[in-house]
Amino acid sequence: MSASLEIKNLNVSIGDKRIIKDSSLTVPKGEVHAIMGPNGTGKSTLAKALAGHPDYEVTSGDALIDGESILELEVDERSRNGLFLAFQYPMEIPGVSIANFIRAAKNARLPDGEELNAPAFYKELYEKMDMLKIDRKFTSRSVNEGFSGGEKKRCEILQMAMLDPNYAILDETDSGLDIDALKVVSDGVNALRGPGLGALVITHYQRLLEYIVPDRVHVMYDGRIVKSGEKELALELESKGYDWIKEIAGNAA
Amino acid sequence: MTTAATQIDIDRDKGDFKYEESHKYDAGIGLTEKTIDYICDVKGENDWIRDFRKRALKVFESKELPTHWATKDLENIDFNKIRYYLAGDKRAKKSWDDVPDEVKETFERLGIPENERKFLAGVEAQFDSEAAYSNIKEAVAKDGVIFMGSTEGLMEHPEIFKKWFGKVIPTGDNKFSALNSAVFSGGSFIYVPPGVKVSHPLQAYFRINAENFGQFERTLIIADEGSEVTYMEGCTAPKFDTATLHSAVVELVAMPGAKIEYITVQNWSSNVFNLVTKRAIAHENAVVKWIDCNIGSRLTMKYPGVVLKGRKARGEVMSIALANEGQHQDTGAKMIHAADETTSNVISKSISVGKGRSTYRGQVRMPKHLKGCKNNTECDALLINSDSRTDTYPAITVRGDKNYVQHEASVSKVSAEQIFYMQQRGLSEAEAMSLSVNGFVNDLTRQFPMEYSVELKRLIELEMEGSVG
Repeated sequence: MSASLEIKNLNVSIGDKRIIKDSSLTVPKGEVHAIMGPNGTGKSTLAKALAGHPDYEVTSGDALIDGESILELEVDERSRNGLFLAFQYPMEIPGVSIANFIRAAKNARLPDGEELNAPAFYKELYEKMDMLKIDRKFTSRSVNEGFSGGEKKRCEILQMAMLDPNYAILDETDSGLDIDALKVVSDGVNALRGPGLGALVITHYQRLLEYIVPDRVHVMYDGRIVKSGEKELALELESKGYDWIKEIAGNAA
Repeated sequence: MTTAATQIDIDRDKGDFKYEESHKYDAGIGLTEKTIDYICDVKGENDWIRDFRKRALKVFESKELPTHWATKDLENIDFNKIRYYLAGDKRAKKSWDDVPDEVKETFERLGIPENERKFLAGVEAQFDSEAAYSNIKEAVAKDGVIFMGSTEGLMEHPEIFKKWFGKVIPTGDNKFSALNSAVFSGGSFIYVPPGVKVSHPLQAYFRINAENFGQFERTLIIADEGSEVTYMEGCTAPKFDTATLHSAVVELVAMPGAKIEYITVQNWSSNVFNLVTKRAIAHENAVVKWIDCNIGSRLTMKYPGVVLKGRKARGEVMSIALANEGQHQDTGAKMIHAADETTSNVISKSISVGKGRSTYRGQVRMPKHLKGCKNNTECDALLINSDSRTDTYPAITVRGDKNYVQHEASVSKVSAEQIFYMQQRGLSEAEAMSLSVNGFVNDLTRQFPMEYSVELKRLIELEMEGSVG
């Protein structure tokens, strides 16, 4: 058994539509992998299916965390097993402050009857906010309500920092961000990088990978991983364009 | 007390347990003049009150159920199968030591004696028809504050009691106020002398323990000029297979410059018909605030109101209703402006879960001859599942052009994507739902006393846990 997030010959459908086709991928703990590919190719579907979204049906194949299949687990059980998904479109939760939300999420990880130590929680929260250059006033705002795109993504990274996952999937974290916000978010992810975290960064653009330099790059097209390589693959893809991938995909099929 | 423990039916819910019945006084099943005679005899009441009750019975019998506007579920109440008076003892004890063990244990499990020690100025604990315990802290009594059961109030302070009793809510106000007037028993009588500010809340707790029973408490609170008082009531009952009826009448009188805050935490089991009439009169510069939280019951119909009788009087209703599967919360507020420059504020939040149904009914009346009156009404509904239902019936009657009314309503929904998002952070489905619900009511509960909002949060969590199974 290896410490990794592993996807084995995974097939995922939404209703009758087959989206992910026979995809395999392994992200060892401590590494950052990127998935690139054109829009509508199944990248976000993969992210949501791994998180356990009820609309996404895994028809065959497997997904494992540290060698254990997670497919039978509920969404929240997967989370408590150390899987974090930074959403492309984070949801608003009116009336629930960021601090209370994160506190509830951390409390859910404690055994029944145990409660989080409030002063210790706030100390950690403020430390992580300082690290991510987030204003402390942020904590009393309702989760994502009226946030700018950049604020939403920063809020995702803050939650990730506080929940300390073993594996994180970042779904189009760069979408809707200007270059300054992109830098802040990337700095945050880089600060969390280390031997205890395996990350899968999903992106449409090579741009993000200038800031979050991946250990490996996978290219997805039409629901399949069609090519994997070192970080240079991202640059090659950028210069040759997605038509090149279409060709590869065509040859593979 | 350990022997009693074997007789208890325990459920996960805090209020859902019951003890074997042992009632010394029982008026039997059904309602006739004889029932009223029995109640009057046991209580040793004067003839005027016997007559009052009998007249009320006639009014009750002559009135139709309000099914032309309210739910037909009311027709399922069989008034002939209800027991109207059950009491272990007709006198409340002033010390918990004197309260019968099973009754004392009931209230201990509901946390009443503990709260009394911690933050209350006085407590009355009603078990079925009569208060088992009633006590006011010495320091508060010294200021001349009267806090006792309504039967005692009626006998010991007739000069205050008679002046206001049935004046805020007349017998014939509706069928259920007439029923209450006929068979009322228990409830609180409070009088706060001029200028006295009671710093801690007075609390009453209403507990139904018996099956096929109707609880009809009657509460009368008079805050004299410039005085202030906060009253909190809690209610629970165990789950029975048959319907139970709770039909209270609550009358508040705020004399000039007085301030009354009336807080209800209701957590009835899902077989209780809860049909309550609550109204206040606010004289010049007086403030009356109803904080009303309705959780549980099969059907609740309750529209706390304020008659703004004196210049610059202010009335507020802040209510939260949670209608779970199979429940109907039909709640709202009434603001009757009857003097210049009176203001009213209604904030209502309802939550419907599963096939639960919530209804808001509001009535705001401002006659033409008044000026400078203001009303603000906000009602927000939250739907948890797609088959939940909410209806809003605001009736605003404003004549003339010298008054100001503002009304806002919203309906929102907890979406599957929201729940998925929260679950992805590790919250179970039930935790995610209760967090959304608590978020929805948050701006309202922030204004409530701390002990109350903590209790409310806990009740919401319990409800949501039950709703996902």
